[in-house]
Amino acid sequence: MSRETLISLVIVLALLAIPLWATAVGETFYITLATRMAILALAAVGLNIALGLGGLVSFGHAAFFGIGGYAAGILASHAFNMEPLPFGLPGTNAMPVIWATAIVASGLVALAIGAISLRTAGVYFIMITLAFAQMIFYFAISWPAYGGEDGLSIFVRNQFPGVNTLDGLTFFFVCFGLLMAGLLLFSLLRDSRFGAALQAARQNERRLATVGIAPYRIRLAAFVISAMVTGVAGALFADLNRFVSPSMLSWHMSGELIVLIILGGVGRLAGPVAGAMLYVAFEYFLGGITERWQLFLGLLLLAVVLFARGGVVGLLAGKARHG
Amino acid sequence: MAEPVLQLSNLTKTFGALKATDDVSLDLRPGEIHALIGPNGAGKSTLIHQIAGSLKPDTGTIRFLGRDVGALGVPERARIGLGRTFQISSLTPEFSALRNVMLAVQARQGTSFRFFRPVMRDRSLTEPAMAMLERVGLADRATIPAAELSHGERRQLEIAIALALGSKAFLLDEPMAGMDPEGSKTLTGFLDQLRQEAPILLVEHDMDAVFALADRISVLVYGRVIATGSVSEIRNDAEVRRAYLGEEA
Repeated sequence: MSRETLISLVIVLALLAIPLWATAVGETFYITLATRMAILALAAVGLNIALGLGGLVSFGHAAFFGIGGYAAGILASHAFNMEPLPFGLPGTNAMPVIWATAIVASGLVALAIGAISLRTAGVYFIMITLAFAQMIFYFAISWPAYGGEDGLSIFVRNQFPGVNTLDGLTFFFVCFGLLMAGLLLFSLLRDSRFGAALQAARQNERRLATVGIAPYRIRLAAFVISAMVTGVAGALFADLNRFVSPSMLSWHMSGELIVLIILGGVGRLAGPVAGAMLYVAFEYFLGGITERWQLFLGLLLLAVVLFARGGVVGLLAGKARHG
Repeated sequence: MAEPVLQLSNLTKTFGALKATDDVSLDLRPGEIHALIGPNGAGKSTLIHQIAGSLKPDTGTIRFLGRDVGALGVPERARIGLGRTFQISSLTPEFSALRNVMLAVQARQGTSFRFFRPVMRDRSLTEPAMAMLERVGLADRATIPAAELSHGERRQLEIAIALALGSKAFLLDEPMAGMDPEGSKTLTGFLDQLRQEAPILLVEHDMDAVFALADRISVLVYGRVIATGSVSEIRNDAEVRRAYLGEEA
């Protein structure tokens, strides 16, 4: 087992241990905290495909996170009110259907955004993804059908066949299971032919073109896959909070996801998990002491960028090996 | 005479007032090494860029294997068999030497949209890539990241990549640049063999190598071909000696 595999395992097990410990000592609040970590980690695993493997600094992934959230909220509200959706389709509170909807919706939007944004590079790419996400944000605010600025409540958490998602620990396992699936997908992609081309596009676009592979299509596919994973996380986030609002779509959210990845380790398998755990812990423990906890987060981020470029995983496991 | 593999006709490229390529016509025939020489700034690299597709000529045509490739981009031209190396090595620095070549093998197979099977356990990638590294003498450096290879090794690696692409013509932009005499000598021997696989358009400053290897030489000065001919013709051409070899005629 390589050192990085070991570190990844330890990080993931640490996340798993939090709700188990919380249940044992009866501190159920920490289950919610761990669930939040798992969901944000999944969203960041998605972004890590574009950002870490492909070097695509998307400052608009909140769009996909929010689209996933609204997929959950809208389908659930139609099911709750027993109102059909357009074209006579029924609403639903079944998570698998909601996730599939979130994946398809965020994938399609990413295809459109990516097709345009990926014609640019560098800082222009950052700005154009931000611009698209903000367009969707303002659309959600001004669209009264689903709560507009006030957001949309999910009165009863959506259901997964065969389990009781109202139970906090059970819902954690659902999220943790999806996080594991996301990590598996990331690791398969990274080591595959597609991943090789994607990482080559990040390292040296000209080299990739010179061997006869057009970087654009590779990046577009990566951007879409990346958005789909973040979209599923958005659906879970809405279910965790039983609420979805335009804030899920705002640029703060996009920035948060980037921060998670930088903290944990850009392009590293367990980077987003470590980053999400650290971020949520900071938010909770320091947030309890001072309202200005983000100042300390900023200092931490500064320290990571200056002294530990590889984030937590880089610090523990050393430089990434590519075989 | 055999049909040329690559044929440039009346290529022109200007940057503002500068004529980087001025009505250049030349061809590359099967089995030959055609050397392109000329002083710095003569437009040799600019010409290579136009052939490879990274620059678009203002006028003129480029035919490769009997087909006008003017409308094709860099990846398409690479796929139909134009293999190039760069004046300054251009590799994927984090990947090992082996993975650099594997990328070319994968590109040649046209299989970059496979998402799940790990490449390092895929013999249809690793074995051909390893064979190419052996050919250029880099087999024992296979696991070293490209960024950590020596200058000369990187040049060899670029050639291994072009080989792995199964190129039908090689465009080599100063492959000897910065190499020690020993390395140049080895590479000269290697290129001598390589021409049997596919013809080579060789941009090079190392005159010993050029005179040893070239079947034909074209001399480029201020974007214009002032002479094309065999080694002895070029050596004895008065205009070339004046313009380039630096001798008073």
